[in-house]
Amino acid sequence: MADVAVHTPPADGHDDHAHGHTTSTGLSNNKLAMWMFLGSECLLFGGLISTYMLYRGRHEGSPTPSQLYNIPLTSISSFVLLMSSLTMVLAVSAAQRRDDRNTMTWLTVTALLGATFVGAQVFEFTEFVREGLGFTTNLFGSSFFTLTGFHGVHVTVGIIMLMALVGMVSRSRIPGDKAEVVEMIGLYWHFVDIVWIIIFTLVYLIPS
Amino acid sequence: MSTQHATEVADAHEGHAHEGHAHDDGAHGHGLTDMGYVKVALVLALLTGLEVALTYVDIGSLFMPVLLILMVIKFVTVVSFFMHLRFDSKIFSWLFYSGLFLAVGVYLAALCTFQFFAGN
Amino acid sequence: MAISEPNPVPALAGSGSAYVTPSTSFGVFKRPVQSTGWRSWVFTVDHKKLGIMYGVVAMIFFIIGGVEALLIRLQLAAPNNKVLSAGAYNQMFTMHATTMVFLFVMPMAAAFANYLVPLQIGARDVAFPRLNAFGFWCFLFGGIFLNTSWFLGGAADSGWFAYAPNTALAFSPSHGVDFWALGLQITGIASLTGAINLIVTVLNMRAPGMSLMKMPIFTWMILVVQFLLLFAIPVITVALFLLSFQRNFGAAFFSVEKGADPLLWQHLFWIFGHPEVYILVLPSFGIVSEVLPVFSKKPLFGYKFVVFSGAAIGFLGWGVWAHHMFASGLGPVSVAVFSVATMAIALPTGVKIVNWTMTLWGGKLRFTTAMLFAVGLIIEFTIGGLSGVTHAVAPSDTQQTDTYYIVAHFHYVLFGGAVFGLFAGFYYWWPKMFAKMLNERLGKWNFWLMVVGMNLTFGPMHILGLQGQPRRMQVWTDFRAGEGFFNLAFWNRVASVGSFVLAIGVLMFLINVVYTTRTAGVAPADPWDARSLEWMTSSPPAEHNFDAIPTVHELDEFFHRKYEENEATGEIHQVSTYEEIMADEATRADKHIHLPSPSYWPIILALGLPLIAYGLIFARLLAVFGAVVVLLAMFGWSMEPSVADESDYDPPVDGGPTKELATLG
Ligand code: HEM
Ligand SMILES: [Cu+2]
Repeated sequence: MADVAVHTPPADGHDDHAHGHTTSTGLSNNKLAMWMFLGSECLLFGGLISTYMLYRGRHEGSPTPSQLYNIPLTSISSFVLLMSSLTMVLAVSAAQRRDDRNTMTWLTVTALLGATFVGAQVFEFTEFVREGLGFTTNLFGSSFFTLTGFHGVHVTVGIIMLMALVGMVSRSRIPGDKAEVVEMIGLYWHFVDIVWIIIFTLVYLIPS
Repeated sequence: MSTQHATEVADAHEGHAHEGHAHDDGAHGHGLTDMGYVKVALVLALLTGLEVALTYVDIGSLFMPVLLILMVIKFVTVVSFFMHLRFDSKIFSWLFYSGLFLAVGVYLAALCTFQFFAGN
Repeated sequence: MAISEPNPVPALAGSGSAYVTPSTSFGVFKRPVQSTGWRSWVFTVDHKKLGIMYGVVAMIFFIIGGVEALLIRLQLAAPNNKVLSAGAYNQMFTMHATTMVFLFVMPMAAAFANYLVPLQIGARDVAFPRLNAFGFWCFLFGGIFLNTSWFLGGAADSGWFAYAPNTALAFSPSHGVDFWALGLQITGIASLTGAINLIVTVLNMRAPGMSLMKMPIFTWMILVVQFLLLFAIPVITVALFLLSFQRNFGAAFFSVEKGADPLLWQHLFWIFGHPEVYILVLPSFGIVSEVLPVFSKKPLFGYKFVVFSGAAIGFLGWGVWAHHMFASGLGPVSVAVFSVATMAIALPTGVKIVNWTMTLWGGKLRFTTAMLFAVGLIIEFTIGGLSGVTHAVAPSDTQQTDTYYIVAHFHYVLFGGAVFGLFAGFYYWWPKMFAKMLNERLGKWNFWLMVVGMNLTFGPMHILGLQGQPRRMQVWTDFRAGEGFFNLAFWNRVASVGSFVLAIGVLMFLINVVYTTRTAGVAPADPWDARSLEWMTSSPPAEHNFDAIPTVHELDEFFHRKYEENEATGEIHQVSTYEEIMADEATRADKHIHLPSPSYWPIILALGLPLIAYGLIFARLLAVFGAVVVLLAMFGWSMEPSVADESDYDPPVDGGPTKELATLG
């Protein structure tokens, strides 16, 4: 997040072949940083998932996971998130073609799909609370809401970045290389998606 | 397009030789066509459908392994195609997968000490 | 675009054009481009200034942590002592350890890394200068936040490893643990962003010709440490979140009455915690690996082995965490596996000790203070490593765990290892950073008092521990002290006396700094006849580090430019001096240098974080306000180009490029 556009030189249309600017590895600083951040996030979500796995069976005082989970609903919202990865990659591809209009369109669609996912999650949470599983009810509740909540916050942060990006593209306020900024936010977005791929299987499908 | 850090010298063409690397640092020319991405997404959608379908039929002890395999396939597909790891530098893969494998390693080991897999 | 001209070159055509509309943030603030005064520090993104700021702040925390330690030793200096109440004692040892680990050793290593890594690899700054500034402010504000807990109801009192369920509200009702969890969260952000920044810097910004295996060894060790941080910080982040959720939002994670496993905390903490001990010590290993060759006038023995053993330690360090949990009922299989893994990690550590010793062997040794600290490290660290091996053996550890024997072990490795290394670094690089030599006579006092003090303090703890004195024991009585040579009373007194000797030793350093600053003349540019690139520029280096980015051909490039080996005899003889090399480099000086410009956003963004944290503890509304600050700062940041517009600089008085323009870039 914070590392986007931290260091790109003024966008004055320099072509790096003309100027011989290179890094020791030939790779972009921004992308290296983003991949490292994502590698680090694996340990964050790994910890949360393990906590959930350890505690999912400890649900005294609330319905069990398989009674609570609404597989059709979650399947649909998982599908929505998966498709938002497609629209994101189309945005990146448009940005690389320097096609601002399509970039903005796809970014907006991605944000909307993400918002749909978050909406479904909010709905799911309220349902669970209504059925008797709160954050403090038991270990299952605490670890379930923490894990999925963390993921939801990541999606929300992604949506904010996408919307900010649309605004900045439309006003040409991005310092530096636009396509790369879109690509970086794309990487983050896809990462959030793959975390959900894991959560969907381990949390929702397997105990059923 | 310059991904170069701003502290560098603006016009030093020479003296900035870099260690042998063959490719440009941009993302141009990498990855699939838009149609290709759509196809990948279709595959992912199908796999998701399959996963969900599996929870409604009884395939006995195969259930867990099959679901886990499907999960890994989906994961790797998104990482390789949508996130371009297949087309990008090995260094990116190396950074990301070391985080991933480290996470899997330490957390599985920790769960083992809880006798998590001893059947509960 | 800002342009710097290190050499007097006529003003460039086209650069003096327009100083009209300042580019501003949110249409209000002009960008802070001053090169002097407080603004030049507060808004700086220069890695050297940030390095110094890290160092100064870490030193202050060292003093605070040291005072806390002295209070602990005062309490234990006599039977039935009443210096500290039981509650205050608990807070004292918790905050002592937390301060020393997170607010002194880690940031002090970050100080060296920030200052030196770009210089050692021949770069002009780090890859993300603003992120670097942000990291520093997170560290500072996180540290201050943590310590304000003293005045807001009491500090954390659950030990630095904060075992559950001791941290539960029922057992630790003050806000201390909340401060602890949130404060470490904030300093963790500093470590994580710093890690990403430095890894990218090392991978991407090396001078031409500097392959990985030609990198100075300090940079290598820092690289390994940053990878450890990159992957260890998120683990403690999870643990701290769970803890905060438990205490502030009523989650059940560690509530045994709800069926929780308190061992979950121990696992998460030590999965982070063991890599953490290498995070603490490897930078110092890097420092002594620079110091020993210089003062032995020999290359580092087995550079490759030192690199690979460092990497091996970094890797194996992930597989041994449960040796901190041998007594927690893990079960025989786990204990056996982790016991063997722990013994294995002693091997790469031993490799390093052998390499250092072999570096000394047959060298022309010069026992400067820096060298003394480096040799001191070899000896003291080895003692700590050996006691470490004794508790790698699980049955023996079951006797030792939670006794003063453990306290002895980790102080030998941390004080004798990490801290001695940092002090070697102070003496070695002081002339680089401040162009003054620290006084050698005071330095010798500094060293010997510290060596004597640390052995007096921590040596007896082996005895105390084996005699059964538990860690974290607040008071002892004559009745229970026992008799004979091994009585607890005597050795506790020795340790307490030792701690004051140690404190006087540290004081010598502070006196030395003041004395040197007041009196010493300008130090020579290459006072130690050094080997690596950071010495191949002026001291302190100009804002842009190098007039010309050097091209590297050898490991120890600077040394190889100064000396050549006679093929036949193997003798080395000088072929070039510092001045000649610098003159040669000057002929290639770059004429246009873009340096990143200062920025408001790093400090503003970092300021939002403690606001959120205070808010979570005291008033949720404040947290919302903090979050808004963070969000706005992020927007400001992401829309700000890293190099300021020319128009942001004050118009020059005489019409030419301004002084600020020239030095700030
Ligand atoms: C030769 C390598 C080492 C071995 C085999 C080793 C082994 C151990 C073991 C088994 C323990 C747990 C003892 C117990 O609590 O019962 C321990 C504790 C500790 N070690 Fe080491 N160690 C080694 C090196 C280091 C280094 C290099 C550091 C730090 C620079 C370090 C810092 C610590 C600390 C801080 C603790 C105590 C943590 C606590 O309980 O608060 N060790 N060591
Ligand atoms: Cu350990």
